[in-house]
Amino acid sequence: MSLVGAIFRREFSSYFATPLAMVFIVIFLLLAGAFTFYLGDFFEIGQADLQVFFRFHPWLYLLLVPAVAMRLWAEERKSGTLELLLTQPVTLWQAVLGKFLAAWVFIGVALALTFPIWITVNWLGSPDNGVIFASYIGSWLMAGAFLAVGSCLSAATRSQVVAFILTVVLCLLMLLAGFPLALDMVRSLAPQWVVDAISGLSFLTHFQAITRGVLDLRDVSYFLLSIAAWLFATVLVIDLKKAD
Amino acid sequence: MIEATALSKRYGRVNAVDSVSFKAEPGEVLGFLGPNGAGKSTTMKMIAGFLAPSAGTASVCGHDVLADSLAARRVLGYLPEGAPAYGEMTPRSFLDFIADLRGLGGDHRRQRLDFVIARLSLSAVLEQTIDTLSKGFKRRVGLAAAIVHDPAALILDEPTDGLDPNQKHEVRALIAELAKERTLLLSTHILEEVEAVCTRAIIIANGKILADATPAELLARSRYHNAISLQAQDSIAARAALDGMPGVSGFELDEREQRLYVFPQGRTKLLADVVGDRLRQRSVAFAALRTEHGRLDEVFRSITAPEAKA
Repeated sequence: MSLVGAIFRREFSSYFATPLAMVFIVIFLLLAGAFTFYLGDFFEIGQADLQVFFRFHPWLYLLLVPAVAMRLWAEERKSGTLELLLTQPVTLWQAVLGKFLAAWVFIGVALALTFPIWITVNWLGSPDNGVIFASYIGSWLMAGAFLAVGSCLSAATRSQVVAFILTVVLCLLMLLAGFPLALDMVRSLAPQWVVDAISGLSFLTHFQAITRGVLDLRDVSYFLLSIAAWLFATVLVIDLKKAD
Repeated sequence: MIEATALSKRYGRVNAVDSVSFKAEPGEVLGFLGPNGAGKSTTMKMIAGFLAPSAGTASVCGHDVLADSLAARRVLGYLPEGAPAYGEMTPRSFLDFIADLRGLGGDHRRQRLDFVIARLSLSAVLEQTIDTLSKGFKRRVGLAAAIVHDPAALILDEPTDGLDPNQKHEVRALIAELAKERTLLLSTHILEEVEAVCTRAIIIANGKILADATPAELLARSRYHNAISLQAQDSIAARAALDGMPGVSGFELDEREQRLYVFPQGRTKLLADVVGDRLRQRSVAFAALRTEHGRLDEVFRSITAPEAKA
């Protein structure tokens, strides 16, 4: 476990040693604000909750999380540090977990820095803070799932651009699977259980369930299982493609 | 101790490493020689636990790299080709990170870090990012990381490649020092390095071991081994004087150096004094008479590229 910690610390501080951390956090906060106030008409709605704020998170993550994820392994492979790291006495799992957790906590920091909006709604009215807290947890879990997908695709290539594009496309599919537009199309072609299965696999369905204020164990475990499955795939991909 | 047993690596139909076996004991500096793409790096990556062999296995200090990979990696220091390191880190934080991964703690950790920083003269650049360091310093940081845990066995993939002559000299001095009581395996395609630091050399091409011998034994395979060479103003007269002398089989003139090589017959040793006496008898002026040890580059070529010789 101390080895996971060592890899976590190195990786986490590397974000802040480069402009990446600053650029990411600033853009994340700007976009989150712009979506909420301009697209979501936060003030005009006149409700003291953060529904509109969280509604745009899936789309925000679709753009920004792959940008963090793409460098996870593609960069290590390209610079040759993958060989350095994996010839130290660490297991592949420890390396994958340490790097993933660092990126996840980093995104968590960016998410936590949106706290002024939470203070704002409390100042303007009396929102249900339990729902908001659950939504923050749900949002962070969803970011983790995006990140795990990106981790796996980043391991598959040494080109960060390829990793980015593949991650965006795959995550978009995972999101759209829960979108009424896509589901209606499937509904006209397939029986209801297929529709339910597809919507059950979507990030969006589970995230929306959480933002309604119910931190259901099923939704939480859906995200945690997704993360575990994609990290397992990352381990397999690295092991298979080490020679390239 | 480093031991490889029928180690093989296949990529599709290509045999990158084809049943390589050898054993290196403590105190030995085993040089891996071969043309680019011969399979040197792949062999080393398999021993270092980065690549899984397609067949065969290897062990480091008795720990099998397949069955007990972590234990094998713990006792091994490995410098990958090009000495990769995290560019945004400083040498201090990088070495700290490696010490963390190696599980070093307490006084021992401090001593080892102080030792490698002093031994590789890194104190001046400790707080600079690695990206801004010169090639020589980057290599030293990589070497420091490879030896920070005082490994019993050490694998260095092209440790002096791309360094200037002074830096090469430094790294070789370090290798010689490290070799005491350790097993050292290094790859190179610089032949002078083999004579300078290695106690034994393995020549590998197309994934196969073609020779496994001491540098002296390799030199003995050279055509020039035991040949007599001299510089003569009038090389034609010198050649005429020595022609027909017992034990002489042939001549070769190096135009650039104006040096005449006299080859002995078979394995019999031609004595420089005898050749000198004969030339003096025939009153042919000459200088710089010497017995040749042989040329490693010629041995290397004749072993790794037999078709080029024909």
